[in-house]
Amino acid sequence: MKKASLVAYLKTKRVLFKLVGIFLIASGLVLAFAWSAGLIGGRITTRTFLKDTPKTYLAGYRRAHGKGICFEGTFRASGKGVPFSIARVFAQQKVPVTGRFSLGSPDPYAPDNSTRTVSMALMLTADDGEQWRMKLNNEPYFATRDTEGFLEQVEAYKPVSNTGAPDPARVAAFLKKHPEAQKYVKWDATAPWTRSFAGAQYNVINSFILIDANGKKQVIRWSMRPHAEFTSWSVRQRKQASHDFLFEDLKKRLEKGPLYWDLVLTLAEPGDPVNDPSQVWPENRRQIVAGTLEVSHVFDQTKGGCRDINFDPTRVPKGITLSDDPVLAARAGIYSHSHSDRVREIGYGKATDAVGKHQKDNAGNK
Amino acid sequence: MAKTKNISSAPPTHFNITARILHWLMASMIITMIFVGLGMMTSLTWRPWLLDLHIPLGIAILLLVIIRFINRLSFAVPNMPAGMSSFQSKAAVILHWALYGMMLALPLTGWAQLSAAGFLVKLFPGMNLPSILPQSPFLFAWLHDAHKVMAWMLFLMVTGHLSAALLHAWVYRDGLFSSITWSRKTIDRSEQSPAGGAES
Repeated sequence: MKKASLVAYLKTKRVLFKLVGIFLIASGLVLAFAWSAGLIGGRITTRTFLKDTPKTYLAGYRRAHGKGICFEGTFRASGKGVPFSIARVFAQQKVPVTGRFSLGSPDPYAPDNSTRTVSMALMLTADDGEQWRMKLNNEPYFATRDTEGFLEQVEAYKPVSNTGAPDPARVAAFLKKHPEAQKYVKWDATAPWTRSFAGAQYNVINSFILIDANGKKQVIRWSMRPHAEFTSWSVRQRKQASHDFLFEDLKKRLEKGPLYWDLVLTLAEPGDPVNDPSQVWPENRRQIVAGTLEVSHVFDQTKGGCRDINFDPTRVPKGITLSDDPVLAARAGIYSHSHSDRVREIGYGKATDAVGKHQKDNAGNK
Repeated sequence: MAKTKNISSAPPTHFNITARILHWLMASMIITMIFVGLGMMTSLTWRPWLLDLHIPLGIAILLLVIIRFINRLSFAVPNMPAGMSSFQSKAAVILHWALYGMMLALPLTGWAQLSAAGFLVKLFPGMNLPSILPQSPFLFAWLHDAHKVMAWMLFLMVTGHLSAALLHAWVYRDGLFSSITWSRKTIDRSEQSPAGGAES
C-alpha cells in the first residue's frame, strides 16, 4: 500500500531528476577527493618525487642519502642571535643535538668516492621543548629555482641506454629552460671535492625568517662553518680511496676529540632573492655566529638514534618561520613520504640491513 | 523546538539545538579536515601551512565530539520516520555510531602517530601538546596506516550520509532531514514504523 503510493508520488515529483542531482553531488565529492589525493589528473605531487625509488630498494633506508652515520653533540649559543629571534636555542647555554652525516647517493652501500655531495642533518631540542630540525648540504645553492625544475633536471640527466651517458640534447633543453642551473653545473664540474666530513661547510640553501621579541622579521640563510680545515684530493687519490673512506676518516677524527662547526647566519637585505634557492646573496651581507656545534661522537645508524628521525627543515621552533622559498615547502612533503615509508618498513619488520639484522640471521631464526 | 529531557514523553521532532549546531559546525570542519589532510600529503607548496591547520583543527574536533557524544546520550532524539524499512533504520543507526567512532578515532590516531614518530604536536607556535605514546617504529607504522585508512573510510561514510540525507530531504520528503535543521517540517509519524523507535 505504502509502496504503491510512494511510486505514484515519485513519478509526480520528478524523482529521477533529483536522484541524478544527488548522484552528481556525491560523485563530485569523490572526484574532488581523488584529485586532491593525486589519484586522478596527473598533477605533480610530493609523491612524484619518490616515483623513481626502485622496487628492490632496501627496506627501512632513506629514499635519498641512504648511507649515513648518526651523531650526538651539543650546540652552544653565543647569544648573538638573541636580538633577532626569540627561539630558545639562540639563548640557551647547551642544547642537545642528534644528527646524521650522510653521503649524497641514494644507495646505502655506495662507495664514498661516488658523489661529491655530503650532508649534515640535525635536530636541536631546546629546554622549552621546541625542536629545530635542519638538513644541510655542502652544495652552495640549489640547481633550480623551483621544485619542478629539480624533476626536469633528474629526467634530463638520466643516462641513455645506448651510451650510458645523459642525452646532450635533453640536457641542453633543460639548461635552456632553467638557465639558473648553469651555475650549479659549473660548480659541480669544477669545485674541489671534500676529502672529509669534518672540513666541509654545510649550507641550508633555503631561506628562513627570524622573528624577534617585537615581531620584527629578518630573512636569513645559515651555514655550519667547520673549524677543521677544508681538504680535497686529486682525481687519482679519490679514485683510489677505500670504499668507506669518508666515514672511517670521521670516526678516526672523533677518536682524537670532538669536531666543531660555527652556526653562521647570513642576513638578507631588501631586494635579495629570498625565495630563490638557486641564487646566492651578495658577498658583503652581514654574518653572525649564533653559536657553535660540537659533535662528540658517532654511531651506526642501524642502532636507531637518527635513523627514524625525519630531518624535515620546515619543523622550526617558535621564533623562526618559513620563507616562501618554493623548494623549502616541497621538501616537507617529500621528506614526509620518505620518512613514513621507511619507518613503516621498520615497524612492520620488513627491514633487515637498515636495523642491523642480516638476512642470514633471519634465516637462522626461522 | 522540543528540548525534551524526559524520555517518558513523546519523542522530540528535532535534535536539540546543541546537537544541531554541533552537527553543522563539525560537518564543515570534518570536510575541511579531509581535504586539508589530502593536501598535506600531496601539495608541493602548502604542506607546512596545512599541517599547522590540521593539528589544531583535529584537536578542536576531538573536543567537540566529546561534547556531542555526551549531549547525544543525555537527551532524547527524534524517531526515524514511519515509512523507513527496518533495514534502512538499522543501517542509519550503525552509520551514525560509526561516524561518532571515526570522529573520535581520527584525532586520537593523528596525535598518537605524531607522538610515536617524535614530532611535536604543535597547536600554535610555541604551544605543543604532550606526547601520548613513546617513540616506536611499530606504533608509528600501525597508527599512520590506521589514520589513513580511517580517513578514507570517513570520507566515504560522510558521502554516504550526505547522499542519504539528501534522499530524505528531496525524494522521501519525510521530515527526517528537517530534524537536524531549523525547518518547521517535522517527521511523519502518522503510521507506526515496523522498526519502532529506530534509534534509541
